[in-house]
Amino acid sequence: MTTTKKPVDVVIVGFGWTGAIMAMELSQTGLNILALERGAYQDTSPDWSYPNIADELAYGIRGKLFQPLARETVTVRHAINDTAVPYRQYGSFLFGNNVGGAGTHWNGQHYRPSPEDLEFHTHISKRYGEQFMPQDMQIQDYGVAYDELEPFLEQFEYTCGTSGRAGNLSGEIRQGGNPFEGPRKKDYPNPPLSDTYGAQLFADAARAVGYHPFPQPSSNASRPYTNPYGARLGPCNFCGYCERFGCFMYAKASPQTTILPVLMRKSNFALRTNSHVIKINLDSSGKRATGVTYIDAQGQQIEQPADLVIVSAFQMHNVRLMLLSGIGKPYDPATGKGVIGKNYAYQMMSSIGVFFDQDVTINPFIGAGAGGFQIVDDFNSDHFDHTTHGFVGGAYIYAGQTGGRPLQQLIVPPGTPSWGAGWKKAAKESYLHATSVSTHGSVMAYRDRYLDLDPTYKDAFGLPLLRITFDWHDNEYKMSQFVTERAQEIVKQMKPKATSVTLRKPGDHYDIRQYQTTHTTGGVIQGTSPETSALNRFQQNWDVHNVFVTGASAFPQNLGYNPTGTIGGLTYWSVKAIRDTYLKHPGPLVQA
Amino acid sequence: MSNKPSSPSRRDFLRQSLVAVPAVSLLGTSAIAQTQNVPATANAIYAPRYFTAPEWAFLQAAVDRLIPSNEDGPGALEAGVPEFIDREMEAAYGHGGYWYMQGPFVPDTPPTLGYQLRFTPRELYRTAIAAVDDWCQKQHQKKFAALSPEERDGVLHQLEKGEIQLEQLPAAAFFNQLWTNTKEGYLADPMYGGNKHMGSWKMIGFPGARADYADWIEQPGKAYPFGPVSIRGDKA
Repeated sequence: MTTTKKPVDVVIVGFGWTGAIMAMELSQTGLNILALERGAYQDTSPDWSYPNIADELAYGIRGKLFQPLARETVTVRHAINDTAVPYRQYGSFLFGNNVGGAGTHWNGQHYRPSPEDLEFHTHISKRYGEQFMPQDMQIQDYGVAYDELEPFLEQFEYTCGTSGRAGNLSGEIRQGGNPFEGPRKKDYPNPPLSDTYGAQLFADAARAVGYHPFPQPSSNASRPYTNPYGARLGPCNFCGYCERFGCFMYAKASPQTTILPVLMRKSNFALRTNSHVIKINLDSSGKRATGVTYIDAQGQQIEQPADLVIVSAFQMHNVRLMLLSGIGKPYDPATGKGVIGKNYAYQMMSSIGVFFDQDVTINPFIGAGAGGFQIVDDFNSDHFDHTTHGFVGGAYIYAGQTGGRPLQQLIVPPGTPSWGAGWKKAAKESYLHATSVSTHGSVMAYRDRYLDLDPTYKDAFGLPLLRITFDWHDNEYKMSQFVTERAQEIVKQMKPKATSVTLRKPGDHYDIRQYQTTHTTGGVIQGTSPETSALNRFQQNWDVHNVFVTGASAFPQNLGYNPTGTIGGLTYWSVKAIRDTYLKHPGPLVQA
Repeated sequence: MSNKPSSPSRRDFLRQSLVAVPAVSLLGTSAIAQTQNVPATANAIYAPRYFTAPEWAFLQAAVDRLIPSNEDGPGALEAGVPEFIDREMEAAYGHGGYWYMQGPFVPDTPPTLGYQLRFTPRELYRTAIAAVDDWCQKQHQKKFAALSPEERDGVLHQLEKGEIQLEQLPAAAFFNQLWTNTKEGYLADPMYGGNKHMGSWKMIGFPGARADYADWIEQPGKAYPFGPVSIRGDKA
């Protein structure tokens, strides 16, 4: 039996970064807002307090902050004719859980997209010609240009108290910032954090080679900060427990530190936890959503009527909910038609272990999630001429450390035995004297890489799991090889005793066991036409105008950057359109 | 790099006395302590809750080779790794509580798609230890725990490379599980039963749960002078 609740004006599905931004901005209109979160409430205190948070086994390895895969996971296969199998243990990417979602256990690496990233198809076609792209590559434009998005990227940085140094202030290139970034109207709200020693050695070497290192934009606050909502952050202390952990210092921007202290007090906002949305309901025309159905903590089905539905769960979960709800045409790789599940993409990393003699003391345990890193962005996006290289996209090169947690972050030189006395000796001798230099690269969208519902495997409620069909394409192997070679030039200049390289080469299949990034994208992409995208440029569904879908599911292909800065900017851009236009005249914001 | 253990007699004694623990623990701990010429390790009083006596003997004989005791620092036995693993077997982890364990299972999937066996960690240990002991009995006429250190190293290398055919599971999957849990017990916070006295942290120079380096970020390249602390506040 289904119980029906009192209608609300807006229902928000999933209460992480974008759900919190939507709720905060829409609550200022006076509408009744309800957020449904399938997990529990959690906050800095008591959930992430010191010393219990400094527990690598519980958080870093067993994944205390992650979605329990026992209840719901995804299935994975490499190619269309393969049978997918479940992602049974965490490896490649990590799903968040509970209030705040992945926004609680991210590192705070806070990037903007490059201007060309947002109009990537147009840009690449214009600069290199259509033939430069392989036939099965299907990259697209976001439908929103950098200049339009810039104020909203800034708004999210000021919410987060991002620490960094501008490289392009209204067109003026500034020393020590990223000279390749799009113009920004204002500098970062906080100065950069100090560099870790590994990052300093890298930056000196990169300058000597002729590249342009700068401090990584970091949503780890470098000083006490009060954001425009009135929420307060404290300074980061380089504790070394950042990604996979909640922040006990109130220094890492998360919904809990930047939005919830203000939002939770609003009388027109309510949060219902342990509420797992299984469907967006449509009226008989199929053109309008009437609300959502969820399963509550007791297992009862509840219908929640609402005038406006914001789908703001994690990327994968947004795609799955759209498929389970029958909104939009599912993507078919055979024809290339359909939009839901289309253009799933990931990222490709490479890493160089850098080992020094005993006289160079790196102290790897002194680390912040994002602060204290140095970045070389010379070979990302379209910051360099790709003509002779035969690939599109790129990667940033980064150095520094998020911590020296020994289970995850202890590295040993090449040639070390994998166990036994030799391993132990190498661990002892390397730990304090090693760092790493890595590349963080884009992955394009392809006709045969997509998401749909698995025909076999189910979640704890008996609903089909999402199925990923993904493997690498040549473009990405070439990209990673090229940027890794640039990174190796820098590493050579660092004059290490030994190095080790992890690089994905042609023939290496996508390996679900190896963590790379949690930056999965696509599946409910935004764009310029209902034929090729699920959402218009305001993240509004083309078919059902009172459904908006936020987050990285809207990315038409993946960036070389971490996605959160772009995600936050796009959410502020979308909610501005909802407030200024949609609420006054509910209907399509873009005519198809 | 030397593989030669510094004090084989002590190491062998530790292992052999620990093997006997389940049987003698009923007498209380003093009986064990009196028989030892070396300080009793905390591990000596631990009686396994999950592993049977033959499994416990196997486990100790294996982790003793994976991380042997020598002049570089404590071995897995001194660190309490077997205790850690036994405790994990009784926790949600050992029961596969963190993994998606619904079928159908397709164990011959390419390894790049991850773990696809039906075994929970505790089932994996139980099945694999019996199988490896059987194999050792056939090959060497002894169970694994009774083999010399060099012979045990040889078996572990063969397991790692998947060169031993076990009837019910791939040998490499078991080795991977064992080595993963051994490192966990060696390097995780001591409150989980391993890393006794934070010995591994002292060895490598990790300050453990200190988690505050605001003063040190401005001192690049300088040696950090403080030893580790644990979550429960112990210092070493």
